Amino acid sequence: MSAVIDTHAGEHHHGPAKGITRWLFTTNHKDIGTMYLVFSFAMFLFGGSMAMVIRAELFQPGLQIVDPEFFNQMTTMHGLIMVFGAVMPAFVGLANWMLPMMVGAPDMALPRMNNWSFWLLPCAFLILASTLFMSGGAPNFGWTFYAPLSTTYGPPSTTFFIFAVHIMGISSIMGAINVIATILNLRAPGMTLMKMPLFVWTWLITAFLLIAVMPVLAGVVTMMLMDINFGTSFFDASGGGDPVLFQHVFWFFGHPEVYIMILPAFGAVSHIIPAFSRKPLFGYASMVYAVGAIALLSFVVWAHHMFTVGIPIAGQLFFMYATMLIAVPTGVKVFNWVATMFRGALTFEAPMLFAVAFVILFTIGGFSGLMLAIAPADFQYHDTYFVVAHFHYVLVPGAIFGIFASAYFWLPKWTGHMYDETLAKTHFWLSFIGMNLAFFPMHFLGLAGMPRRIPDYALQFADFNMVSSIGAFMFGATQLLFLLIVVKCIRGGEQAPAKPWEGAEGLEWTLPSPPPYHSFQTPPEVK
Amino acid sequence: MGVHAMRAGVLAGGLLLPAWSMADWTLNMTPGVTGTSNEIFSLHMTILWICVAIGVVVFGVMFWSILAHRKSEGHKPAHFHENTAVEVAWTIIPFVILVIMAIPATATLVDMYDTEESDIDIKITGYQWKWRYDYINDDFGFFSNMATSQDEIYNRAAKSEHYLLDVDNPLVIPVGKKVRFLVTANDVIHSWWVPAFGVKKDAIPGFINETWTRVDEPGIYRGQCTELCGRDHGFMPVVVKAVPQAEYDAWVQDQLAAAELERQLTEKEWTLEELLERGERVYATACAACHQANGAGIPPTFPALKGNPVVTEDLPAHLDIVVNGVSGTAMQAFGPQLSEADLAAVITYERNAWGNNTGEMITPKQVFDYKNQQ
Repeated sequence: MSAVIDTHAGEHHHGPAKGITRWLFTTNHKDIGTMYLVFSFAMFLFGGSMAMVIRAELFQPGLQIVDPEFFNQMTTMHGLIMVFGAVMPAFVGLANWMLPMMVGAPDMALPRMNNWSFWLLPCAFLILASTLFMSGGAPNFGWTFYAPLSTTYGPPSTTFFIFAVHIMGISSIMGAINVIATILNLRAPGMTLMKMPLFVWTWLITAFLLIAVMPVLAGVVTMMLMDINFGTSFFDASGGGDPVLFQHVFWFFGHPEVYIMILPAFGAVSHIIPAFSRKPLFGYASMVYAVGAIALLSFVVWAHHMFTVGIPIAGQLFFMYATMLIAVPTGVKVFNWVATMFRGALTFEAPMLFAVAFVILFTIGGFSGLMLAIAPADFQYHDTYFVVAHFHYVLVPGAIFGIFASAYFWLPKWTGHMYDETLAKTHFWLSFIGMNLAFFPMHFLGLAGMPRRIPDYALQFADFNMVSSIGAFMFGATQLLFLLIVVKCIRGGEQAPAKPWEGAEGLEWTLPSPPPYHSFQTPPEVK
Repeated sequence: MGVHAMRAGVLAGGLLLPAWSMADWTLNMTPGVTGTSNEIFSLHMTILWICVAIGVVVFGVMFWSILAHRKSEGHKPAHFHENTAVEVAWTIIPFVILVIMAIPATATLVDMYDTEESDIDIKITGYQWKWRYDYINDDFGFFSNMATSQDEIYNRAAKSEHYLLDVDNPLVIPVGKKVRFLVTANDVIHSWWVPAFGVKKDAIPGFINETWTRVDEPGIYRGQCTELCGRDHGFMPVVVKAVPQAEYDAWVQDQLAAAELERQLTEKEWTLEELLERGERVYATACAACHQANGAGIPPTFPALKGNPVVTEDLPAHLDIVVNGVSGTAMQAFGPQLSEADLAAVITYERNAWGNNTGEMITPKQVFDYKNQQ
């Protein structure tokens, strides 16, 4: 292993190329990581502006701003862009930046494929975004694109959507292969699997999940493609097909997918909380086993998204029990984080604020998840705003706060400058208040009976919808502040030392800030 | 500050108050009126309180650490990083809590799945974007369309009390009887939900799902479609009227008589004016959601009828499309949905409205003959 690294290091002593070719042709993990992160933030603003349209329409009862047809396009595109364009690429960006530095490698194992897997993404999203301007409009069948609404009844642009999903899938699979190859082959001497940092562990497991389920997504959209264009009837009952088959296949992808969006955040938070508690992570081994258990269980719970489709009672019971079981490893992780904070010496810089909010709010999302797992109760919660509240609680303060926490934690390392702590704390508090104002009332709306994906609602839902919209506007506007903070940090600021955080641990902090272009030219020794 | 803040406050208050005065601040699920909905409610409350209790403990420890174990308070960090006993305990205790939760949940689920020995069977069919109810035992059925006007939706008229939750023909069921619902759909997947009954079931084309309810309290109960089903997903409410048995029996007789009257309409001699008048009403409920009230449609998914050659010239093609639908598109077969009189009326209306002044008419008898030929 070390021989490979030595020859590699011997060949490259140059810095980045100049001009646009640096970005187009780069095989450098940091440049590609940066591109992933910039792309993901652009998509976050793009998908976020769609959420603003949705919340503006829902500000008051009645139709004021958009037609129901366009409203459906907004909910669909918001979901697709946030899941595939914002959250997933952000984590791949973090992986690109951090994995080689964390395992003591010079770069990712497969740098050319790394370049390709990034550049496929803008192509995929260009195709997806172009559907907004096509006749018949963009996909309007929800991000879950249930057949036959998305096949027989879908707009003409559906075929473009299918190809966009195919391209994203290829990109994700290549990214995952690269992560696995890097982690399994390029670890520094002495770094056994059970000595790997948790971010590395969670990404390793995430990458296996990606390889397992992205082909399933490709399969389901290919079946749609056949139904739409080549006269098959996979999902058309009048041709002998089965609309419920679509849901089974989709959620076999979809449930592991939600863990793909959260596991890397688990890993990052497991670095940040110990660093600012100045105390080692509690229960490292149980953290690893818990992530493994969550990943395995994620393959056998898919039908909990389908409790009302009429699956047999034995199926209902199996999926209910399996889903409830996920609470056990998830609980272990939360207890470990709290135990890490307990009797530490805590400080609350921006990464820690986001990480603590992550633990609290993700746990609230976990509680509503547990409630949704109770199949009889799910008959009342299903497809209401309670579900919308639940998954926004696990995705916004879960995935997205996890990404913000990571960004602030490693920004000094990436840029060589400290970010503006006051602005970052303002960003946190405005995001925290806005996010809770936007999503907490959705629990009440769902319990009071408001279905999701409706452009207009009965009068008893008016008050909380207005509160929710105000919170959403606040959260949305606040994110521009993050852009300002990052730009400011890149352009200058207080010089960051190699290890800006007193309690931080890991190989990445042994490199100077910013780190050299080829991270570790000689592999460090891990004791 | 001062004046500006006050002005802003008054402005914001003026903006918010009208909506809030009509609304309420319901925080929780309501227990509903059936055995099932009450069982679900008690499950919901149990799990909610368990979550609250766990939350209090976990967040309690966390906030204690946040407040007491700060570096700024001079707290020195401990160095422990594992404790097998504690870790085993917080794996096993949640597991036991889950088992305790699963027992009543299983019992409720078994009860909800027991659709045997029903007194009345009603077939519910989801259409884009309305419900159809067929009383299988009594051999009649009808469509249930939203009754809220476009003026209310587009803010040209004040919103009524049951805005978006009112229908022309509610489902009527007798109290105290076990009613079995056979749920299916004609086009895309819908979901039939009445929160007060604790009944939600997906309506899936090609499948028949079963569910049931027994309502003891007479009253009007409202719900909505809960599965995204296209443009007007938000505009297909469910309204159920539970009435005493005697009232129900009388209502059934009325329905049977009305169905007979409808059949006689086919035989009647119609004038163009009569057909146009009836056709305009049928168009508004059956066609306008897609093809729009002004016949302009939403191309390319929903083609315009105004000036469309099929509508202005080719009568046989027009009849065929309305009766049999266009397979592979959103155009449904209205032959089984509408009576002959309604079909004749709506086709006649489309051929004469919005400047399609063909002056042509088609009679219910002609439609009847056409359907019989097939």
